[in-house]
Formats: sequence, C-alpha cells, structure tokens
Amino acid sequence: MNNSIAKEKIVSLRKKRSLEDMRFKYYGFTAMCLSLAVLVFLLYTIFSKGYTAFQKTIVLLEVDYNQEVLKLTPDSSDEDKEKGKFFRVKKQAIENFFPDLSKSDIKLVKKLFSINVDKEIKDYFLDNPEVINTKQQIWVTAHSDVDQLLKGNSRRDVPEDRRKLNDIQLSYVDQLVEENRVKQVFNNFFFTKADSRHPEIAGVAGSFMGSLFTLFTVFILSFPIAIGASVYLEEFAPKNRITELIEVNISNLAAVPSIVFGLLGLGVLLNVFGLPRSTPLVGGSVLALMTLPTIIIACRASLKAVPPSIKEGALAVGATKTQAVFHHVVPLALPGTLTGTIIGLAQALGETAPLIMIGMIAFIPNIPTGLTEPSAALPVQIYLWVESAERGFQEKSAAAIMVILIFLFMMNAIAVFLRNRFERKW
Amino acid sequence: MFFWSLVLIAVGIFSSFIYGRSRINLNSKKQGTKSKSLPTYYAQYVLIWCLFPALIVYFSWAIFQEQIIQNIVISNFEYIEGAVYNEGLLLAEIRNVANNPSFADGKSIEIINAAAHYSSLRQISQISFYTSIIIIMLLGALYASQKLKPEFHAQHTIEKYIQYILIFCSSVAIFTTIGIVFSLIFESLRFFAEVSIFEFLFSTEWYPFIPIREGQTAAEGSFGAVPIFAGTFLVMVVAMCVAAPLGLLTAIYLAEYASQRVRKIVKPLLEILAGIPTIVYGFFAFVSVAPFVKAFGQSIGIDASPTSALAAGMVMGVMIIPFISSLSDDVINSVPQSLREASLGIGANKAETIKKVILPAALPGIVGAFLLAISRAIGETMIVVVAAGTAPNLTGNPFENVTTVTVQIVVALIGDQEFDNPRTLSAFALGLVLFVITLFLNIIALQIVKRYRERYE
Repeated sequence: MNNSIAKEKIVSLRKKRSLEDMRFKYYGFTAMCLSLAVLVFLLYTIFSKGYTAFQKTIVLLEVDYNQEVLKLTPDSSDEDKEKGKFFRVKKQAIENFFPDLSKSDIKLVKKLFSINVDKEIKDYFLDNPEVINTKQQIWVTAHSDVDQLLKGNSRRDVPEDRRKLNDIQLSYVDQLVEENRVKQVFNNFFFTKADSRHPEIAGVAGSFMGSLFTLFTVFILSFPIAIGASVYLEEFAPKNRITELIEVNISNLAAVPSIVFGLLGLGVLLNVFGLPRSTPLVGGSVLALMTLPTIIIACRASLKAVPPSIKEGALAVGATKTQAVFHHVVPLALPGTLTGTIIGLAQALGETAPLIMIGMIAFIPNIPTGLTEPSAALPVQIYLWVESAERGFQEKSAAAIMVILIFLFMMNAIAVFLRNRFERKW
Repeated sequence: MFFWSLVLIAVGIFSSFIYGRSRINLNSKKQGTKSKSLPTYYAQYVLIWCLFPALIVYFSWAIFQEQIIQNIVISNFEYIEGAVYNEGLLLAEIRNVANNPSFADGKSIEIINAAAHYSSLRQISQISFYTSIIIIMLLGALYASQKLKPEFHAQHTIEKYIQYILIFCSSVAIFTTIGIVFSLIFESLRFFAEVSIFEFLFSTEWYPFIPIREGQTAAEGSFGAVPIFAGTFLVMVVAMCVAAPLGLLTAIYLAEYASQRVRKIVKPLLEILAGIPTIVYGFFAFVSVAPFVKAFGQSIGIDASPTSALAAGMVMGVMIIPFISSLSDDVINSVPQSLREASLGIGANKAETIKKVILPAALPGIVGAFLLAISRAIGETMIVVVAAGTAPNLTGNPFENVTTVTVQIVVALIGDQEFDNPRTLSAFALGLVLFVITLFLNIIALQIVKRYRERYE
C-alpha cells in the first residue's frame, strides 16, 4: 500500500520536474525568438517607412519660353542664357497652370511646386536651346507636401488647420491626378544631391561622400598604427609593467563611451591643435582613436593564430627577429588583420555621437570634395532628418538608414569573404 | 596642395631608395669589401632619414599653417574705431572673400585688404612649405649618405628604428587616454571654478541657462546634476529589465539546448543586432516604440509624453541583448563539462542542472557581463538623444520625459560653443563623470571575469 503511494508520488514528482524542464527550455526559446522578432520588426519598420523615399512626385507644367519674357534672343551667348529671366517664365507658367486663377489661388498653386522648379526650367532650356519661343510640356518636381499626400504619408482627413495643404490645394491635387498631370518616378535627387532644407530635393550624396572620406581617414590612421601596436605587443614587448599598462589601457579604451572620444576631439584636436571643424579629417581622427582598440585586439588574435613554428623556422635559418616577424608572421596574419580592420571600420561608420561633438552636424548643402572641407556624415544626416519637424524628412531618414545598412552589410560581407578565402587553419 | 605633396613624397621615397642602393654598391666596390648588410637596408636607411623628418614637418605645417596665418591676418587688421568685431565671423568673411573674389562686392575696404593679405600669406606659406620640405628631404638624405660605408651595420640600425616605430604605435593608446583625461579634467576644472562641485553633484536643479550677452536679463543658471544622474539611472534600469532576462535566457538556450544548426543560424543574426548603428535604434524608438508607449500609457490611464524613459530604455535594452547573450554564452560554455555530467549523473534533469549547478558556477562571469552591459547602457548616446527627451525631470515614472548625461553633453555642445561659458563647460564635467563611472564598472567587470576564468582553467 505505502509502496504504491510512494510510487505515485514519485511519478507525479517526475512529471512535474519534466514539465518544469520543458517550461524552462521553452522560456529560453521564447527569449531567443523575441530577440529575433525585434530584429525583424526593426527592419520591417525601416523598410515600410523608407521605401517611398526612392520615388518622387513630378508634375507636368506647360512652360512658354517666350524670348521677350526671358529677355533672350535665339542667338544669345551661353553666358547670357545663364542669366535669362527664368523665374518670370516660371511665374507665367504657374499663373496659367489652371484656367482662370485668381491672385490668391496663384499663391496656393505656387506652393504645390518645389523650390527647385526654377532650376529645372532653366536646365531644360540650356539642354535644348532650340525651344525658345515655343511652349513645352515639362515634368517638374512637386513640393514635398504634395509628394507626401500622394504617397499616403500625410492624411487628408484631419482638420484643415492641421494640414500642410488646405482644401483648395487638395482639390487642385485631385484635379491633377484626374488629368494624369502628376506621376511618381525614381527619385534621382536622393542619390545625387546633398542635404537641403526642402525634403523633396534633399539627398544622401553629400553625407555619403563625407562618410567615405571619414572612413578613408580612419583606415589610413588606424590600420598601420594597429598593426604596429599589435606586432609590438605580441612579438617584441618585454613582459614588464609598462607593457602590462599598455594592455590594460587598450582593453579599457575599448569600453570608453564613444561620446567621450568626441569630447577628446573637441578639447584636443579642435581647441588645442586648431584643426578645421566639421571636417572628415577631424571626424576620421577621432573615430580612428575610438576603433583602434577594437582593431588592435583583432590584429593580435590573428597574429597569435600564426603557429610559432613558422617564426622559429625563420629564426633557425638565421633570420633576425625583425625579419622573422615582418617577412613571415605578419604576411600570414594579414588577412585576419584586414578582417578586423574592416569590422572596426564598420563600427566607425555607424558612430554618430563623436561626430556631433566635433561639429559634423552643421548644415552642409553641397557635396564635399576633400578631407579638410566641412561635410556631413551618413549617421549624422539620419539624426538631423529624424529630428526634423518636416514630415517629408521621415521617409528620407528611413531610406538613409537603408543606405547605411547596405553599406554596412557590404563591408561585413567583404570581411567574411576575406576570412573564408585567405584564412588558413593550421 | 594635397596632391602635389603626395607626388613630392612619392618622388622622395623612390629616389632616396634608388640612391641609397646605388651609393652603397658603389662604395663597397670602391673599397673592395662586401657591405655588412644587404644593400636594401642601406636604401631603407636613406629612405627613413629622407622621409621621416619631412613627414613631421609636413604634418605640423598642415596643422598649424592656417592658425598662424589667421593670427597674423587678425593682428594686422585695421580696426575701425568704435566698431565691434566678432573675430570668428570676421575671419570667415575674410576667408570667403579671399577664396571667392565675387564675394568682395559691397565689403568694406578693410576686409578686402585683409583678404588680399590672407591670400598673399597663403601663397608665401605654400612656397615656403614646398621649399622647406625639399630642403629637409635633401638634408636627411645627405646625412644618411654620409653613413653609407660598407662597415656600417645598416640592418641593426634599421631594426632599432623599427622598434621605435612599433613602440610609438603601441603608445598611441596611452596618449589617447592621457588626452582624454587631461582634456576632461582641464575643462572640468574651469567649470568647477564657476560652479561649486557640491552644487553639481548634490543639487537637484538643472537650469543651464546663462546670460550670454552682458546685460541680458535671464535667470541665473543652476547646475545640479542629480536629475540627470537619476534619468540616466532610470533609463539604464529599464534597459537592463529588458536585456537581462532576454539576453541571459537566449544565452542559456543557445549554450545548453540549441542544436548546432540553430546556433549557427542564430548567432550571426544576433550579431546583426549588435552591429546596427545606434542612430538606427534611435529612429526605431522614435518612430515605432515611443508612439506605442504613449498609446499604451493612455490606455492604462497614465499620461505619457511622446518621448519617455520607457521607450528609450526598451530599445536600448534590445541593443544590449546581443552583448549580454554573447558574453554569457562564453561564460556558460566555459563551465567545466564535469560539473554538468555530475549533476545529470545523480538524476537531475537539464533545467535543474542549469539552475542549480551551472548558473551558480557561472554567476561571477554573468555578473561581469551585466556590469559591462550597464556601462554600455550608460554611455549610449543616440537612442536617448532621439527618444528620451531633454527635460531634467527628477522622477521615477518611466512614462515621463527624462534626460541623461550623454543627452546633456550633446545639448550643451550643439550650436554655439563659448568656452568661457559654464553651459558649454558643463559638458566636460558630465563627460568626466561618465568616463569615471564607465571606467570603474569596466575595471570591476574585467577583474571579475578574469578571476572567474582563472578558477576553471
């Protein structure tokens, strides 16, 4: 009798325990899935908010290139053509955009067009000078408010005073849609223009170039220094307190918050050395110092992975230590060090805070062409657009994030490729 | 300038190398003895002497030229009596006019003169730059070529030089630390000369508004950083509430339960999570999580602000999940297999083994991982800048706007930076606090992990 009760107890206890086991495993599984679900959700958010930025809205505008309005003649020189009165042509075109517009309506219609329209009208003329004294149908860029409305990013069912476009403007836009005078095409501006106050003509080209210049600086500074430091620490450094101090220093530097490096750049590079503010040179130097520990740690690991027999073999046939290291160990470790460097560069690419500290947050409306020119950087550009109140910038920031993520993905793919292609297992 | 100096350097490298090589061959032929080292080493010797002094001059010139020119221009500027000048604006104007003559229209004659002076100084500087670089290269090569005798041990010297270069490379890390500490302490001291350190550490009022112009009527600023520290702490706690369970459970699942295949897929995916730039998390927090938190707060009757500690903290928690999971994974994997087998051998099932044996054994390492994650969370900037707000609220309510140390550093340094203004300097004081705390956490964490490793190795 007692025996069977005890048996039953054991059985139920065992059941309970195995249930507990199952549950615990399930918790772990759920946690893992949750973490991955957040990743998926994050990527989905970025894509769903950003894909519309790759399209822009254009409007068909009839432009009359009348020579009297332009104050040009068919045989004006190119220089004179540059100075043609294109704003008057544009004004006329907008006045005739819809039949019978009153003065106040014209003002409203004008707000449907981008600020860039003047330039587009002019460029069209400069490309086709024969159109003088003819009427031309030109597709020009629409204002961001129209663009956002047609993409469905801004809603039309809110009260008029909380909308960018009022009721009359809405009816104009509807009319345009009905008459097929508006369409969406690939947004080339996003990839060819720098930042702008106007969302419809803002692009990532400027900040992309800024990021490239910055990364170039980081690479030039950190790669040789990291290799030098790791070769010294792995192969030459005597075991003493100074070496130990350097090692502790490097591992602690790796964990210093990036913003503190920004303060270093501001306090030392800008204020003491007087390097030019907002430039890739300073940004790259700060990021190089920041990524140096990461790269050194990766380089040391790949130097360590080269078997000592190789160095010993070189020493045995009479090479000096320097020769053994630089002729045999370093070349074998090079793929590993390159991989580490690329991963460090990827980290530098996404870093925002230090660049804000050294002034790369300034509004730069042109594409930089050198290391010492003020420029933006991709992550800072994203920050500026996220913070902007203008609705049209939100899709731009998500699209810029896509650009930076693709950039990062490519760098990591190169790193993985290098590792798989050249890494040797000893 | 950049391009031509590169050409100059390339020519220097090439010709000094060729020169050194042919010179030693010639010398040893003349003396009829073989040189002590291979000719390449003599060539390298000449190259180093030709290049390094020139590079030092090059960099110092590049760094200081602009400043020196500007100082000369400003000190020679013909000020008009009575007019007030802002030196920075004045300089920018002069530079603009000098670089772009079309800007000269309508500028005062002083500025046009100064711009001409500026351009002429630049020209002089350029010319003397190139001449001095060439002269220094030639002098270096000349010095080195004196030594190109067959009995000179070039290889030894070269290897010694290489050692120096390597030592310099490894001391860059030390210089960086020194630079950080000094710049932080120096500017903080200037800050604490104006604001007492006790006010900064213990007062609860943070109004960093200082009258910028004289005579401007604005409230006296007060710099009590307690609300900022509290905000940082609150965001960190929220982040750890998300990251600690998720990260640790993921690590346990991956280390103890998951098959090899699952590990192979999931680990890189988690690494993606770790590799996403923080500004992207900031965007995510701002666009998706913050509105959700606001709606959620309203649905349970709490008035949540559009940016809140909860939104920022949750996203930050997601950011440090991979950090915790990979560190804990390592730690759990380094628990000796014998402990596991012993526990399973006396009849414990897997969950019991993990909870009663492995986790207690791995506890120090896990604590170390958590400390590192906390230090990461405290130093994180972009998520909180975008999603936590800037109002220094002393509150424990995660639905409210809070501000953190990093946010205040960014806020203080965006826009005009006047280094005689405690508002700007406060960034360095906050940076010092941040640096000290994260350093402290790191040293403790690394010590714990190290001791833990030693126990099982």
